[in-house]
Amino acid sequence: MPRIIFDRQLKELQDDVLTLGSMVERAVTRSVEALKARDVAAAHQIVADDAEVNHKRFEIEEKCVELIATQQPMAHDLRTIIGVLNIVTELERMGDHAAGIAKITVMMGGEPLLKPLIDIPRMAEKATEMLRRSLHAFIAGDADEARRICEMDDEVDSLYDQVFRELLTYMMADPGTITKATYLIWVAHNLERTADRVTNICERVAYMVTGRMEEIGASKY
Amino acid sequence: MRRVVELKLPPLGELPTSKGEIPEQDVAIRVEDLNAWYGHHQALRSISIDILRHQITAVIGPSGCGKSTFIRCLNRMHEVVRGGRVSGKVFLDGLDVYAPEVDPVLIRRRIGMVFQRPNPFPTMSIFDNVAAGLKLNNLADKRTLPAIVEKCLRQAALWDEVKDKLNAPGTALSGGQQQRLCIARALAIEPEVILMDEPASALDPVATLKIEDLMRELAVNYTIVIVTHNMQEAARVSYKTAFLLAGEDRAGELIEYGLTHEIFTNPGDKRTEDYITGRFG
Repeated sequence: MPRIIFDRQLKELQDDVLTLGSMVERAVTRSVEALKARDVAAAHQIVADDAEVNHKRFEIEEKCVELIATQQPMAHDLRTIIGVLNIVTELERMGDHAAGIAKITVMMGGEPLLKPLIDIPRMAEKATEMLRRSLHAFIAGDADEARRICEMDDEVDSLYDQVFRELLTYMMADPGTITKATYLIWVAHNLERTADRVTNICERVAYMVTGRMEEIGASKY
Repeated sequence: MRRVVELKLPPLGELPTSKGEIPEQDVAIRVEDLNAWYGHHQALRSISIDILRHQITAVIGPSGCGKSTFIRCLNRMHEVVRGGRVSGKVFLDGLDVYAPEVDPVLIRRRIGMVFQRPNPFPTMSIFDNVAAGLKLNNLADKRTLPAIVEKCLRQAALWDEVKDKLNAPGTALSGGQQQRLCIARALAIEPEVILMDEPASALDPVATLKIEDLMRELAVNYTIVIVTHNMQEAARVSYKTAFLLAGEDRAGELIEYGLTHEIFTNPGDKRTEDYITGRFG
């Protein structure tokens, strides 16, 4: 006996998570592009758009609360709704990281960058790829894929190491670069945290599927 | 309304897992390969289950899966029905309940029962309803009877509401009070196990929660087995849950038996999942 209305509501909830995920993915990508282009106006816009991410998160949370209150979900249904609650929290924080990068661009003004950006865009690409895949794993209910995605976090971590070491050498060679180099380290840190949050999403996906809490990706940082 | 709920469960880390071995002394009732029939119709097939002492065990399943038959087999009530027949073993603290020399009346004294609809004796006062079991079993002593009745009514969380009208008829009470009166009546003969067959299904939500609180308090001293249609109720009150489902020939089988929190968050069997999520049954 299917539960037509409830199943539809659960499906809508999953669609909402995908929508929020793509909003966040776009914010991360745009924030690094604005940094690269030193586009302060775009950066301002990204900061302003973060409010939409926050709003969408609350909207999804409200739907979850309503479903729990009215449908008494059990077992996989319950784990899905709890998973959604956790995932949207992670997504919202990832949106904050993107806004954080945009704020750094604003702080830097139109100033030229210390160096051409190579590893930071790579970090962003990897982090957003992880995010995309994690949400596919969520929709597909694929715990193995969720575990595999977490392995990518090591690649982001090592890129972060690389960025940090490189910027450190700049600062040691010329203390005049400290401010600009620190800004870029903050950017890299935001991206590193973004990837970490994807691993949290993956843990939730695994819980949703298996019913077991597991820590998959113990990040280096 | 203040709800007094005292969970006597050990911290999560110390809980036995549903797969782990249960120490012998923690088993109040052991059921082995239990089958039950109504005439030619088999109502239960090969049920084996250990019911834990001083815990609440819930039996859930769709209508007609044999839940009520199952608990009626535990205290030999099933054989009272015409055509009722049982095979297999039920042990109460190691005593073979179906052994030829065992008196079913004594078993029913040790395993009490509360039914779906509150059924106080209609012509008796509140006091006499509680005392009835003792009188029937010739256990009543005029000097101690008032104290026993008070104790049982207190245990059933009804004393404060009825202490000034003990001579009023039992049927004058509200449904929830009547059900607690029936629980007090069951307690009077000092059973070790209390079977409850949908004890709250005829009650309103407030009375239901009172019965549930009461069950938890009683579980400190009694082993409780509850049959319920209400899965939220099973999830709220019980420590372990058994899920029964009727097979193609309508004989009820045990599909899954485990810790309640596992059954309701991560059941092991797809059929349990379908039932508790409301997609079946």
